[in-house]
Amino acid sequence: MIDYSSVLSKTVVSLKKSGIRKFFDLLNDESMKDVVGLTVGQPDFVTPWHIREAGIESLQKGKTYYSPNAGFPELQQELSYYLKRRFDLSYTPKQTLVTVGGSEAIDLCLRAIVEPGDEVIIPTPCFVCYEPIVRMLGGVPVTVETRFEEKFKLTPAALRAAITEKTKMLVLAYPNNPTGAILTREDLEEIAAVLRDTNIVILSDEIYAELTYGARHVSITSIEGMWERTVLTGGFAKAYAMTGWRLGFLAAPDPLLAQMLKIHQYAVMCAPTTSQLAAIEALRNGDEDIAMMREEYDRRRRYIYDGLKKIGIDSFLPEGAFYIFPDLRKFGLSSEEFCNRLLYEYRCAIIPGTAFGEDGEGFARISYAYSVKHITKALERIEAFVSTLKK
Amino acid sequence: MENILKILEDHANLTHEQLAVMCGKEVRELKQYIAQKESEGVILGYKTMIDWDKTEREYVSALIEVKITPQRDRGFDRVAEHIYNYPEVQSLYLMSGSYDLCLLIEGRTMKEVAYFVAQKLAPIEDVISTATHFVLRKYKDKGVIYGTAEVDERGNCN
Repeated sequence: MIDYSSVLSKTVVSLKKSGIRKFFDLLNDESMKDVVGLTVGQPDFVTPWHIREAGIESLQKGKTYYSPNAGFPELQQELSYYLKRRFDLSYTPKQTLVTVGGSEAIDLCLRAIVEPGDEVIIPTPCFVCYEPIVRMLGGVPVTVETRFEEKFKLTPAALRAAITEKTKMLVLAYPNNPTGAILTREDLEEIAAVLRDTNIVILSDEIYAELTYGARHVSITSIEGMWERTVLTGGFAKAYAMTGWRLGFLAAPDPLLAQMLKIHQYAVMCAPTTSQLAAIEALRNGDEDIAMMREEYDRRRRYIYDGLKKIGIDSFLPEGAFYIFPDLRKFGLSSEEFCNRLLYEYRCAIIPGTAFGEDGEGFARISYAYSVKHITKALERIEAFVSTLKK
Repeated sequence: MENILKILEDHANLTHEQLAVMCGKEVRELKQYIAQKESEGVILGYKTMIDWDKTEREYVSALIEVKITPQRDRGFDRVAEHIYNYPEVQSLYLMSGSYDLCLLIEGRTMKEVAYFVAQKLAPIEDVISTATHFVLRKYKDKGVIYGTAEVDERGNCN
């Protein structure tokens, strides 16, 4: 008999299961069929037909081979145009790398830079993957709490206080999952001022860059002195409703990109060909699709914010992504208790804020990537629950 | 305000309160806008999309191509008016190409539609010829796909 406990990596075994996963395991049970959930972190739109068609056509023509490691040159070219057109960023095609989802891009960036003992500053609440990857590399995640009262922005003061001699990287994930926060050009200027004279690299996770509801998204790479120290990661999932295609990208200065490309070569070789060929179509002719979906999210954003407000739940009006992160502190329950009771007693599922780090305590993530009808139904259930708490 | 029309076109069943919130407008302002568009004839009505094939109701629909002789000064309008006044006629379009008017008609049976063509449409002065095509199955209408109801297949995975 093999003794698994002695063969498995102790670091991996010590990792906690993702908080979202824990909650989803509950939901995927047969007995939860009647639950109205606002939990899903992916668009409710189907990939636009012309993009799907490009994928189908590539299969019909037998394009089932590997692509070059960094991605098809046409796609790298389109990425270069796209970053310029949409965000005024300058990357040559060769400074881009096509990855298996934005997730691989994040993984590559951390793996290329973090060594045992290195500190990585991670503003929280945040998406679940950064901390475990840093730990697997022997790095030290240094979380910095972002606060409701400050619209969940990373402040220069908090950043400065977290920097030590060992700080190697800063993870900047805006527009933010789960809070819906964004950083404006002014916010980024202040952060850049803290970083400018350091040797800290930024991992700028801009997967939600296309989903902002006021001003256009500003990338930190457009701030003076930041391009050279930033790995920009992004993807097609949220902007073009292409989650299942598993396609992302990163853009970075040559010395950084060359090392990430090596890991990519050894780990996955190349991103899926069908997805890459569909993505070329998305970048060439998908701007209107983005606009249509963004408008729809914007309406739902206002609707859910207002709906929660009317039932006595305060939120920060999200400015990006498709989540709202309401403040539940006044109800005197922990996030998990609140979400569990809402789930078991009122059959409505939202994700406890603690799934996104301890700093998410007192909050919950609600996705509004759902129809208005569905959101209305969920709001009714939340209202029924909250009315019992007020008493 | 223009996008209110677009939202209404897709979701006519939203309340004024819901619509106002979604558009970031005051309810009063929104009601005024809708009333104005109704009086201008921009908003003509509110309908529900129903898949009658899933009900007991018996009906047939047909697309009819009509060739006509245009009248001096009135062009096609008078004949069109004559035709669209029949309640059986659901839609009527003036077309470019090999025929002039295209009409969509609904009846209880094929016989009823045939009767309409033979007894009402064809005898109209200026109608030169008609060609009737019966609809076998409706796949999509006004942007709505007919068939099985949409199911959220995203599951709980991320």
